Amino acid sequence: MVDVERCKGCEVCVVNCPTDVIAMSEEVNKKGYHYAYMKNPDQCTGCTNCAVVCPDGVITVYRVKQK
Amino acid sequence: MEVNEIIKEENLVHRRTPLMTDAILSYCPGCGHGTIHHLIMEVVEEMGIQQETIGISPVGCSVLAYDFMDVDFSEAAHGRAPAVATGIKRLWPDKFVFTYQGDGDLAAIGTAETIHTCNRGENITIFFVNNGIYGMTGGQMAPTTLEGMKSSTTPYGRDAMKMGPPFKVTELVAQLPGTHYVTRQAVHKAGLVRKAKKAIRKALEVQKAKKGLAFIEFVSNCNSGWKMTPNQANQWMEEHMLPFYPLGDIKVEGKLVRDFCQELMEQTTEVK
Amino acid sequence: MSELALMKGNEAIAEAAIRAGVDAYFGYPITPQSEVLEYLTLQKPEERTGMVVLQAESELAAINMIYGAAGTGKKVMTTSSSPGISLMQEGISYIAGAELPCLIVNVVRGGPGLGTIQPSQADYFQATKGGGHGDYHLIVLAPASVQEMADFVDLAFELAFKYRNPAMILSDGLIGQMMEKVELPPQKPRVSEFDQSWVITGKTPDRERNIITSLNLDPDLQYEHNMKLNEKYNRMSEEVRFETIHCEDAEYLLVAYGSSARICQKVVDVARGRGQKLGLLRPQTLFPFPTRELARLSRQMKGIMSVELSNGQMVEDVKLAVNGRVPVYHFGMPGGKVHSPDDVMVAVDENFIGG
Repeated sequence: MVDVERCKGCEVCVVNCPTDVIAMSEEVNKKGYHYAYMKNPDQCTGCTNCAVVCPDGVITVYRVKQK
Repeated sequence: MEVNEIIKEENLVHRRTPLMTDAILSYCPGCGHGTIHHLIMEVVEEMGIQQETIGISPVGCSVLAYDFMDVDFSEAAHGRAPAVATGIKRLWPDKFVFTYQGDGDLAAIGTAETIHTCNRGENITIFFVNNGIYGMTGGQMAPTTLEGMKSSTTPYGRDAMKMGPPFKVTELVAQLPGTHYVTRQAVHKAGLVRKAKKAIRKALEVQKAKKGLAFIEFVSNCNSGWKMTPNQANQWMEEHMLPFYPLGDIKVEGKLVRDFCQELMEQTTEVK
Repeated sequence: MSELALMKGNEAIAEAAIRAGVDAYFGYPITPQSEVLEYLTLQKPEERTGMVVLQAESELAAINMIYGAAGTGKKVMTTSSSPGISLMQEGISYIAGAELPCLIVNVVRGGPGLGTIQPSQADYFQATKGGGHGDYHLIVLAPASVQEMADFVDLAFELAFKYRNPAMILSDGLIGQMMEKVELPPQKPRVSEFDQSWVITGKTPDRERNIITSLNLDPDLQYEHNMKLNEKYNRMSEEVRFETIHCEDAEYLLVAYGSSARICQKVVDVARGRGQKLGLLRPQTLFPFPTRELARLSRQMKGIMSVELSNGQMVEDVKLAVNGRVPVYHFGMPGGKVHSPDDVMVAVDENFIGG
């Protein structure tokens, strides 16, 4: 989950995702930044790399925990 | 499963720490400051010490750090943060006091305060963000700017003959008996971010146990000052900054763990 | 219980600091005031009251330690002399801007630059007109005896906390070094009974985080802040303190403070002995300056002379207060030389009676 208005389009999350989930959207937020979004949500493993490396704390991660 | 089904309270694995305020960070996109701020506040949250924590912000890009971290804060004059921290910690020895400083603040104008505070072994934590440039004032040379690195005051590249070579202040303070834990970390890759967080935790535990001064250098990017995109800047940093400022622990439990003297002895002292 | 002692002005400041319940002293050696730090470390106040005493690595560091500790609501002070006080100006400006209470003692020596170690009063401008950058003022107290050196410490803190402003005791090498009988104040506990809502000691759940800063990038906010400071300085005028000696029927007035005032007391005695109607106004606060009293006195005078150990600094404030009613002269020796009562007498005769 991306806080669209907080994202500054730095793309560091894109580079840190091991399964190529994230991309930058064509649209821009109110500040004019292309924000990050889940292009391939099915490939997401919930590893939290993206959230952890984000300088603005934009991403919240949910993972269905395996029993 | 649909994305909407996954987003549920019990599936929450990572969220932005509530100890960061709602203000949107004033830092440039991709700047390491943001990541480091979040890490420090996450550790403060986990240790449950928000009520005892006092931060000291520098002059530089992070002058407004107090707008983003939800703990009591004091703004310090350029370079004086360690002295300000000393004043506070000497009177409140049980509070958690940290300074947050950039390379100009800590290693140029504040060198005397940095060294003496470390030498006295004040029981504080110093977070040093090194991006080899003066960000806030427009990209001038810093003491840690690499040889040959371009900046607004070294447009042809830093000339060691004229300006001296870059200054490894972290190795310098590691030699002082007052420092207990000295380490160098980075935050541009997820794995390194997790290591950095552990280092921050360790540093604050050192303060809790009153063992001396903990000093963490974060080698970080400045895409605006270096005139690159965030990812390009991180790449450049890996290729150029990290070989000169190697990551890892330098002093643990009061003992040096990296023989940088050997490195220095092997280095030629002749300035080319 | 108060007690009598014979001590140097510098020592009196140190002892008074311990007894006033000061929480910390951060200082650096410089002649002619190193005795303060020496006395404090010798007394072991950490055992007497828990007071922290630390020799910092420079005056720059010392004033910033003050800034840090003051932000947590503690009673903190430093002492230094002219060149060291120059180094502290940045810190003082920050303290004034952030509205923190503290005490800075300047035991003035001859300047400018490295100067001499002899007494002088040439830091009047630095103390009362700013010194550091920006529109601010210090509360400035001017002791003229070892007793006042001791008494003014507690007074300075009282005023500093009342107005949330840095205070300065402007002394000089003569008073710092001379020995006199002094009645020491009783020991006060190290307790602060004032509004603590702004201090940074850790954000508790009942409040927002506190921030001690003097930064205000929004010009409207900075304007408001400066207006607030100005209003505060205006309110301070009710704290003015001064002493008048033989002024009731005086026709000529000397204005002097500190050591110069002690010298002028002798001059007034000699003049009165001769039948000359000379009086002395001794400001005890240089900011706020006794403008109103001086204006009132100027109506009965034929001439006024500012006697200072400098080339004339306070004389400007005297002229402003007198506002052209009567001639205002200056006499004084700068650069560390101290004028004698005879020197002043000659000037009095030349300017007043003779002229």
